Amino acid sequence: MNKSKWSFFSRRKLSGDLIFEGVVGLFAVFVLVIAFLLFRELFVESELSRNAFGFGFLTHSTWDPVSEVFGALPFIFGTVVSAFLALVIAVPFSLGIAIYLSELAPEKLRTPLSFIIELLAAIPSVIIGLWGIFILAPFIRDYLAPVLSTYLGFLPLFQGPMYGLSMLTGGVILAIMIIPITSSISKEALLTVPIQQREGALALGATGWETTRMAVLPYARSGIFGAVILGFGRAIGETMAVTMVIGNSPRISESLFAPSYTMASVIANEFVEATSKLYISSLIEIGLMLLLISIIVNIAARILVSKLLKVEGGGRA
Amino acid sequence: MKLKIAIILILAGVLLAGCVSNQPAQVQPTTTVQPTKSLETVTLNGAGATFPYPLISKWSSQYYGINPNIQINYQSVGSGAGIKQITARTVDFGASDAPLTEQEYTNVSGILQIPESIGAVVIAYNLPGIQKGVKLSGDVVADIFLGKIKKWNDPKIVSLNPEIQFPDKDIIVAHRSDGSGTTFVFTDYLSAVSPDWKSKVGKGKSVNWPVGLGGKGNEGVSGLLTQNPYTVGYIELAYAKLQNIPYAYIKNKAGKFIEPTLETTANAASGAVSTLPAGDASWSSVSIVDATGDNSYPIGSFTYLLVYKDQTDQTKGKMLAEFLWWAVHDGQKYSSELLYVSLPEEVRSLNEKTIKLMNYNGQPLIQG
Repeated sequence: MNKSKWSFFSRRKLSGDLIFEGVVGLFAVFVLVIAFLLFRELFVESELSRNAFGFGFLTHSTWDPVSEVFGALPFIFGTVVSAFLALVIAVPFSLGIAIYLSELAPEKLRTPLSFIIELLAAIPSVIIGLWGIFILAPFIRDYLAPVLSTYLGFLPLFQGPMYGLSMLTGGVILAIMIIPITSSISKEALLTVPIQQREGALALGATGWETTRMAVLPYARSGIFGAVILGFGRAIGETMAVTMVIGNSPRISESLFAPSYTMASVIANEFVEATSKLYISSLIEIGLMLLLISIIVNIAARILVSKLLKVEGGGRA
Repeated sequence: MKLKIAIILILAGVLLAGCVSNQPAQVQPTTTVQPTKSLETVTLNGAGATFPYPLISKWSSQYYGINPNIQINYQSVGSGAGIKQITARTVDFGASDAPLTEQEYTNVSGILQIPESIGAVVIAYNLPGIQKGVKLSGDVVADIFLGKIKKWNDPKIVSLNPEIQFPDKDIIVAHRSDGSGTTFVFTDYLSAVSPDWKSKVGKGKSVNWPVGLGGKGNEGVSGLLTQNPYTVGYIELAYAKLQNIPYAYIKNKAGKFIEPTLETTANAASGAVSTLPAGDASWSSVSIVDATGDNSYPIGSFTYLLVYKDQTDQTKGKMLAEFLWWAVHDGQKYSSELLYVSLPEEVRSLNEKTIKLMNYNGQPLIQG
């Protein structure tokens, strides 16, 4: 594929080009080296913990720094459930925003609205966390939780006392934080749907909603799915804001009103004051698990997004 | 095309050159000492606990007025990180809220531990209509944090406070989620007064809490306290005073209920002086919780500065020793305005002996 380009360069014998290629190539390799070293460091440094606890590290739920017994299950549970909860809340919102921006919004509104939504992603997470402690947590405790327990209280999900800091609050904060990325990528996916697709549906007598539902959404399906996965990845890795509102209690509870704990939070909370070797090693192993989950999620997203780009090329031609 | 590439290469070259030449320029002022005596400026770098940070900052600015050639940088990165940095010798002094454990002490040979100030931890609460001064004893506090006492009108609490009408409400327990010296002091106290706590939970900077919600930092716990009625938690005395959060009077070893103040905390420290080891010995078992004395508040702890006995740089070592000497004497007068407990006379004289141990090639760095 690059053959013609390459022979063009070599014919001209531009040594400058070769140097340039070498330099930028080095930069690219540099990133790979850093990623590899990071992974290697986490793997090597977690050896003590891997040897001491083995696979039980992932299945035991006692986290006791005093007697040095470490099991990461509550953190894995908290991370996965809070990220999943965030998706449940954020996906309908993001899809709504994306559909409005790509299909319905007047041309004049589109750019400023997209801009504002993306601006939300630029707010530092500690600010969102403080807002979560002082505004969101009391609001959920006083208004949302009573409503949920009144109407859905028969589900174990909405039982028990609610003190503001909880899995639910963590999920809502995460949802707010992933809406910008999920909605803007979904919007891009919807915008790649060829106009003929819409015109065809409308010509067959479909209403606006039917056009979106039957002609546009299925076409952009994989792109939207990729956006959701990227949002999930963001939610898994988010640390500061969720640490401030989730309650930091390493226990597995079926109620969303109970406090919980995430993998990123326990590292942020305890790493600085951890001094014993096994303790540090266990925290590093949590980091390793987090990195593995993030890598898997991101690779899945990449594959889906690249599938989307192929569809786009075909559609336009 | 050629021109563009040439420009890019030149820019890249400039960028690289910039990266390379910047490094030594940044490092220089902190490590080198000007040879001429009259002009020498020394930077002392420290790292460690967040608790003494306001006090050390105050010292740093005040000491600059006394000796403008000395600059003190302190990073408040947490006790654990402070211990790691002094062990790796990347700083000139460390600071820790807890004494070095036996293991840490053997890891850093030749370390001196100098108590610089004293901190108190209070049991704060949010009980609508009830001011400060609810009386609690150690075993009751332990039972609350173990989840055994669940209601505010539990007979054990009521019997200590017959004059107060307690509500029939669940107690919400708030604790620190981040590893901290405050947690260490509090759990050290509970381990001292409750065998049950000692066997089930123990003491540490992070522990496996049987019940409760975790807030990040003093601000996280006080956020929980102020927003949720019927919450109980533990925070630093200074923080409770500044935020005006009511706190309990705690029963001490002599059986008296003591209000946490700077004075009652200092009493606990002076009561413990006779048991303190030498500055270069291990302090791992030192504790002033549940101290003797009629008027001693039982939940407190020294906070320590950590320095090496054998200094490797004569000028710097001398400056450091002089600063420490000043800090444990004149520096103490800034304590109370910042709500720190100043060191009792007995601890100051112990520190004098410790600082005199600091030497360069066997030569003591300070004469007193």
